[in-house]
Amino acid sequence: MTARAPSLFTGAAQSSVLNLNRVCLLLVAVALLALIGADLAIYPVDPWQELARVGQGILMPAWQEPRVLLEALGQTVAFALLAVAIAAPLGLGLAMLFHWRAVRVLCAAVRSVHELFWGLIFMQLYGLSATTGLLAILVPFAGVFAKVFAEIFEQQSRDPGLTLAVGLNPVKRYVYTLISQSWPALLSYTRYRFECALRSSAILGFIGLPTLGFHLETAFKQGQYAEAGALLWAFVLLIACIRFWVRPKLIPLYLALSIWLLPETLGFSNGGYLWQFVGQDIWPSALREGDLGGALSWYGEMLSEQVWPGLVQTLLLTQIALVLTALVVLLIYPLATRSMAGPLLRWPGRFLLLVLRSTPEMILAFVFLLLFGPSGLPAVLALALHNGGLIAFLVANASDAERGSRSDRPDDPRGLVRYAYIETPRRFPAMLAFLFYRWEVILRESAIMGILGITTLGFYIDSAFEEIHYDRAFLLIAVTALLNVLVDSVSRRLRRHAHAEPARQQDMSCLKLE
Amino acid sequence: MSLIRRLLALSLLLLPALAHAETFVFTAIPDADESRLQQRFGKVADYLSAQLGVEVKYIPVKSYAAAITAFRNNQVQLAWFGGLSGVQARRLVPDSEALAQGYEDQFFKSYFIAHTSTGLEAADSLSDALKGKTFTFGSKGSTSGRLMPEFYLREQFGMAPEAVFERVGFSGDHSRTIAQVQSGAYQVGAVNYAVWETELAEGKIDTSKVKVIWTTPTYPDYQWTVRGDVDQHFGEGFKVKVREALLNMKDPDLLASFPRESFVPASNDDYGPIEATAKAIGLLDE
Repeated sequence: MTARAPSLFTGAAQSSVLNLNRVCLLLVAVALLALIGADLAIYPVDPWQELARVGQGILMPAWQEPRVLLEALGQTVAFALLAVAIAAPLGLGLAMLFHWRAVRVLCAAVRSVHELFWGLIFMQLYGLSATTGLLAILVPFAGVFAKVFAEIFEQQSRDPGLTLAVGLNPVKRYVYTLISQSWPALLSYTRYRFECALRSSAILGFIGLPTLGFHLETAFKQGQYAEAGALLWAFVLLIACIRFWVRPKLIPLYLALSIWLLPETLGFSNGGYLWQFVGQDIWPSALREGDLGGALSWYGEMLSEQVWPGLVQTLLLTQIALVLTALVVLLIYPLATRSMAGPLLRWPGRFLLLVLRSTPEMILAFVFLLLFGPSGLPAVLALALHNGGLIAFLVANASDAERGSRSDRPDDPRGLVRYAYIETPRRFPAMLAFLFYRWEVILRESAIMGILGITTLGFYIDSAFEEIHYDRAFLLIAVTALLNVLVDSVSRRLRRHAHAEPARQQDMSCLKLE
Repeated sequence: MSLIRRLLALSLLLLPALAHAETFVFTAIPDADESRLQQRFGKVADYLSAQLGVEVKYIPVKSYAAAITAFRNNQVQLAWFGGLSGVQARRLVPDSEALAQGYEDQFFKSYFIAHTSTGLEAADSLSDALKGKTFTFGSKGSTSGRLMPEFYLREQFGMAPEAVFERVGFSGDHSRTIAQVQSGAYQVGAVNYAVWETELAEGKIDTSKVKVIWTTPTYPDYQWTVRGDVDQHFGEGFKVKVREALLNMKDPDLLASFPRESFVPASNDDYGPIEATAKAIGLLDE
């Protein structure tokens, strides 16, 4: 906890600092080991012509058809808003049942699959439709809401509950005590998730939904950087202005508009395809035919040719990206704080963080690919910058929130001394906690790096979908999900060991999932 | 009861997927110049609608796989596929049929292109100097950007591309392949010859940086494929009418969307070589 830092001199705190250091050392050591195995070659390239065009497009954005842009913006918001509107109550309901192991496992399973992969799965069932888009966001989000809401409930005082009659209906119990007690935290987390949902919604365009990502991917692929620039700026503005346009009173209106804005679905009649998909397509043919030996050799082959190499590459990249993310955070968070950058100068810093966290990693990776050639390096840099921007934003917010509180003293030093001896030590445990929460996100996102020719698990999943091998896709997604669950539990343990817990519940929860 | 009714209402909200059953819908794989697809293919839809006497719509997709999925799910009844994606789609939808191909598709080819710093020169075969270079395909499901180049690489070197090259990437798109080789991000790439020629004519290619080093033998590529059950839904003889409409498409403005000179008849058998190649390199199961 942040509050621990001032009490550094008590024995208990000292041992927790020791633990914190040990965990950090461990992470750095693992990353250094990963450096040996990872593939981070730099190739001589000649990128300036292309980079100049990218830069020109970003600086001089242009868009021909305002109607198309507005439509894409509207649909990006519509998917995000409706998905959150359905997922939040659903998650709340699941959170009330979170003491059941089955519910916990279900939630862990659904949130460990990336929205893009959910999108690809639902596309098999519902085609390119509003249903696919909504489900792809709301299914994993419901799992996240359930977990985070349950954690919020856990932190509430149990005393008010004692005043209620024994044997009262549990739902009423929740409504009259835990939910009303934690209402502000629930709302603030839901608001944050909405920003995440906007990002997810935009990215779903990459697989064909009519959101911003659809046009962004096209423009980027075709080298129309001015159009790509316009889309990126539109998206950054949309997120920057959330607090101005999301007003509680307007939400019913927005919801109605969203339903109206959802794209119509053209001629789709899939009949019994759901059962064919679940019952047949996702299982290897040997297994379907009851040929156990054949099925075993299929699994063995998959394990040695795709699962294992994919797993190794994914983990190597993730561990390096994780430590690099921490460095990025330490480097840029002061730029956005009131106490170090100042009340005015922090705005450029905040803007930088906004741009970093709003630019999809895939685009960052492409720019680095042009600069350094194909290897793990562009992937690691893209992941570290995007996630670093996001965590730095939360760390800077935590710093600003403490401004003027009791721990602030008039004779506090300024500048670099303040950074090194006051701010960073105070923020460090929370930052580490954020980092642990992002771990599984980084792990999942390292999957999108097929353009770099790096065979992560996501590369093989993408190939399986492209080659219509749903049996392979299913196995690989299941392995990725398992890995996520594993990383989640390791990070929980390390976090407890290091006593790294964020100061404010809503800070922590924000980071759970992207 | 009321719970069931509520669930029903919710599922209706979640399934706006049931409307518009009798619109004839088509799609096209996203292989080149994806911008303004809606406008360009909208015109093709209008043309088909006038010829066929039913409402015709176009939906854009982002990947070869999405086009195949939409065709399989009957979300689209007609699709402009590549050689490989057409074979994959027809394997999944029994009785579906290749109707017409572009004139150029009877003898399509791929170019291997290289950054000039590699010192590779145009030759009659793939040279051993390619070994150890970095290499990018286009999309994973592309015939001209992946299947045929991989086939000829295996034929020439007797091993998988991953063993021939130091690194193998998938740019995702022919235009990206050109951009990535031109910038030196990858040293060598394989690209659809039509996209190369188009971009060359548009002045997007700097020939002092990237050039063609080998041309594959020709093979059959893009084609229109229709589902087998369209006659049941749109009336007897509908399939024949669709084929006629495609073959009679003469307006250069419409043909430029593909871009093809004209359409000529095609059949499933024309794509036997593609299917055999895909099986040979393990992209299709036996």
